[in-house]
Amino acid sequence: MAVCIAVIAKENYPLYIRSLPTQNELKFHYTVHTSLDVVEEKISAVGKSLGDQRELYLGLLYPTEDYKVYGYVTNSKVKFVIVVDSSNTSLRDNEIRSMFRKLHNSFTDVMCNPFHNPGDTIQSKAFDGIVSGMMVQAA
Amino acid sequence: MESLTLTDFEQKYYSDLFAYCDTDNTKKVASNGRVLDLFRAAQLPSEVVLQITELCGATRLGHFGRSQFYIALKLIAIAQSGLPLRVESLNSVKDLPLPRFVVGKNEAEARHAALYQDTDSQGLYPASAAAVMPRPPGRVIHNKKGPPPTTSLPVHEVIQPLAPSIEPQPEPTSPVVSPHQSPPTSPQSWRKHKRQPSGGNADRQPVVAPAGAVWTQFREPQAVPVPGEGMWPSHSPPPPGQESWVSFTADTPPSSAIPGMHPSSVQESTTIRTVASGATTNEIQRQTSGYDDPWKITDEQRQYYINQFKTIQPDLNGFIPGSSAKEFFTKSKLPILELSHIWELSDFDKDGALTLDEFCAAFHLVVARKNGYDLPEKLPESLMPKLIDLDDSAEVPDQAADAWPEMNQNSEQWETFSERSSSSQTLTQFDSNIAPADPDTAIVHPVPIRMTPSKIHMQEMELKRTGSDHNHPTSPLLAKPPELSEEAKLPSSMKFVAANAVGDGYSSSDSFTSDQEPITRQRSHSGTSPETLKVVAPPPPPPRPHASHSRSSSLDMNRTFAVVTAAGQPPSSAIAYPPAVPPRPLPTQSSAPHTGLRGEAEVAPGGPTVLTTTSPQIPQQPNFADFSQFQAFAATDQPSSLPDVDIHSEPGQVEKPSEGAGPLRTVKSDGQADERVPATVSSAKCSGSGPLGPPPKPVRRRLKSEDELRPEDEQPGPQKSNVIAAVLATQPTIPRSVGKDKKAIQASIRRNKETNTVLARLNSELQQQLKDLLEERISLEVQLEQLRPFSHL
Repeated sequence: MAVCIAVIAKENYPLYIRSLPTQNELKFHYTVHTSLDVVEEKISAVGKSLGDQRELYLGLLYPTEDYKVYGYVTNSKVKFVIVVDSSNTSLRDNEIRSMFRKLHNSFTDVMCNPFHNPGDTIQSKAFDGIVSGMMVQAA
Repeated sequence: MESLTLTDFEQKYYSDLFAYCDTDNTKKVASNGRVLDLFRAAQLPSEVVLQITELCGATRLGHFGRSQFYIALKLIAIAQSGLPLRVESLNSVKDLPLPRFVVGKNEAEARHAALYQDTDSQGLYPASAAAVMPRPPGRVIHNKKGPPPTTSLPVHEVIQPLAPSIEPQPEPTSPVVSPHQSPPTSPQSWRKHKRQPSGGNADRQPVVAPAGAVWTQFREPQAVPVPGEGMWPSHSPPPPGQESWVSFTADTPPSSAIPGMHPSSVQESTTIRTVASGATTNEIQRQTSGYDDPWKITDEQRQYYINQFKTIQPDLNGFIPGSSAKEFFTKSKLPILELSHIWELSDFDKDGALTLDEFCAAFHLVVARKNGYDLPEKLPESLMPKLIDLDDSAEVPDQAADAWPEMNQNSEQWETFSERSSSSQTLTQFDSNIAPADPDTAIVHPVPIRMTPSKIHMQEMELKRTGSDHNHPTSPLLAKPPELSEEAKLPSSMKFVAANAVGDGYSSSDSFTSDQEPITRQRSHSGTSPETLKVVAPPPPPPRPHASHSRSSSLDMNRTFAVVTAAGQPPSSAIAYPPAVPPRPLPTQSSAPHTGLRGEAEVAPGGPTVLTTTSPQIPQQPNFADFSQFQAFAATDQPSSLPDVDIHSEPGQVEKPSEGAGPLRTVKSDGQADERVPATVSSAKCSGSGPLGPPPKPVRRRLKSEDELRPEDEQPGPQKSNVIAAVLATQPTIPRSVGKDKKAIQASIRRNKETNTVLARLNSELQQQLKDLLEERISLEVQLEQLRPFSHL
């Protein structure tokens, strides 16, 4: 369902970014980049009560004319961004959440791989597979 | 050119030979060099060879076309069989044995090998690639014929698989595996043989000799150990892959080169078979791509992997952490990306650590990759460590079950049932994996070594359980009564025991359920009768399910206990039996962990208080007496006495509750338990001190009556069943007796009352716990409020 999926590291550089209509990739990159500001704003807002568990799922970050951007941040400040085509009959929130959950799980698996250095771009085939599965249905 | 009719085998053989000779791969022209070598290999006099070439028309054409080549081969066969060379004999000779290029081939191969040595390894590859060794369809011959070509084949075989750039060999045309003779011993010798080139140099010589001997074993006509041996040195410059592999395992003994040699070793075993069958190259190809068919791990490989595993992690059931695995596999000099992919494939449970099976799978994949095979996208089935998952899921319940000593058969069944239901799929996989573990096949499914509670263990545990079940009928009763009787004599000791039991009961709430059962039992026992903690070990029912069963079992137990006591044991002991609230305490225990810590803290002070409370309970003796009276009543068919007993005991019980209302819940529960125990007669009334057990239950029990007692005896738990059995044994006349309606009624009443008391006690205990929990919660909330900064909005 997603049009573009991105994983951004704590330092706000992309670990993994993939968009489906490969021709317009730059546009999605830009979108993801701008969405990072929104993510930052959201996580700083919740930080008032540090003891409280911050919701990992950030929800709709901002909608544009063509698509909607959803965000999710892990406890280690790794951010997942999903860009969804607006023309798609809007996916339910649950579906987006489940997508993020799957992403998070496969990201964890990638991190568990001792051959993967945190901070490297993600080159795991399994992760690619999961992402493709989520993006295939799009457009 | 005369038409040439060839049999199928001849056709195949000739085509193979032609392909072999057709270095230029033109399919039409055979290079003279190869052909000449081949002809020389036929061990024919040179003039014969010339004659043959002339006959087949090569001299005319100047080169060997396919047909010429075939004719030449046939003529060679004719010549070898001693027939005069005639053109017409081409078709006339029937049953012509295939031309044998025995020694000659070897020599040719040796020459080739020498060439290979001289030339670059790259030179090798194309040559070897083109050298689709003709495979004399030895299988047709059905005897160890046509070995010669096979001897040379190993050379190519070895070289080919090792070369990453090997072009894919033609698929096996001949039935690769047609081992007419597949001498089991030979592979090993071959392996050693093969190992030498890539492995230790020192061993090469000695190994070559025996290998040569073995070799000759298979090649009757041959006495070509020398050429064979000569070939081995030619193997010495093994493909770089092997060398790199060797360096990888440099720290390991040469034997460790086995895995690196695996392809070659596989080839060797293949060759051996092929010696017999003749399907060399094909087999070899199949073997080298050794992983095609299955990514199966042979025994030697597995052993090697296990040895490697041990170097990192001595405990075969343990894990290799990711970091050490990373170091280890980095030594293989594979690119990190590939290693990462291998890790993803092999770390089946995604825990960041490798079990033995996972490690073997990873190692196997590394070996495969080093030998030029692409990594699969998914982990091949034969490499999957299914067993681990299964065993894990199977272990836990088994362990838990095992921990409950009195686990009855029923509970066992329940446990196994739950296991199955939860891990049904894995369980089936487990079976399918374990089943085909016959040592003969080269296929070695990952044998679960890691599993601590293996199947055997499970069986043992089950046996233990069943054994304990059998023992239970007597053991708990026997064990407990003495304890109880002793304690009865020494109130202090009883108190001590009670305190301990209580403490244990609460501490056990923290510990796993395994401990809960016996301890709760003890606790309940101690609670019931301070004097006589005869707790007969009410079988701790399985935690969640079958609560009803447990209840019923407890009912049974109560009944049986009562009966037993009536059977002549001291009245106190009779009271002691009632026992424990087995089922409930579990949920109590489970919830107790939260309060466990507190409970423990409270237990300590509770201990002494328990002691104090036990003392007041002593005066409850009269209740015991009532109980015995009740028994007497039952025996004497005086149900009417029951109400009297109830009334009599009631006041005492009323006191108890008030006492129980003391600070210590344990005391209270104990008091109540004590009340109930003796006051089994006073069913609901006594439980009036605390919330009564669900009324319907006793009713149900009534309905069930004795008939159900027996079947239920089986259900509850070995202990309960044991107890019940014992009780039943001691109560020959009880309820079953027909015609004694009153007795039956009384018995059922008794049982129900016992159940009631037990339930009521349990209820009260739970309520007490609830109260405590609420108090704790309030206190914690207060603390939280105090600690929380005001900034909290």
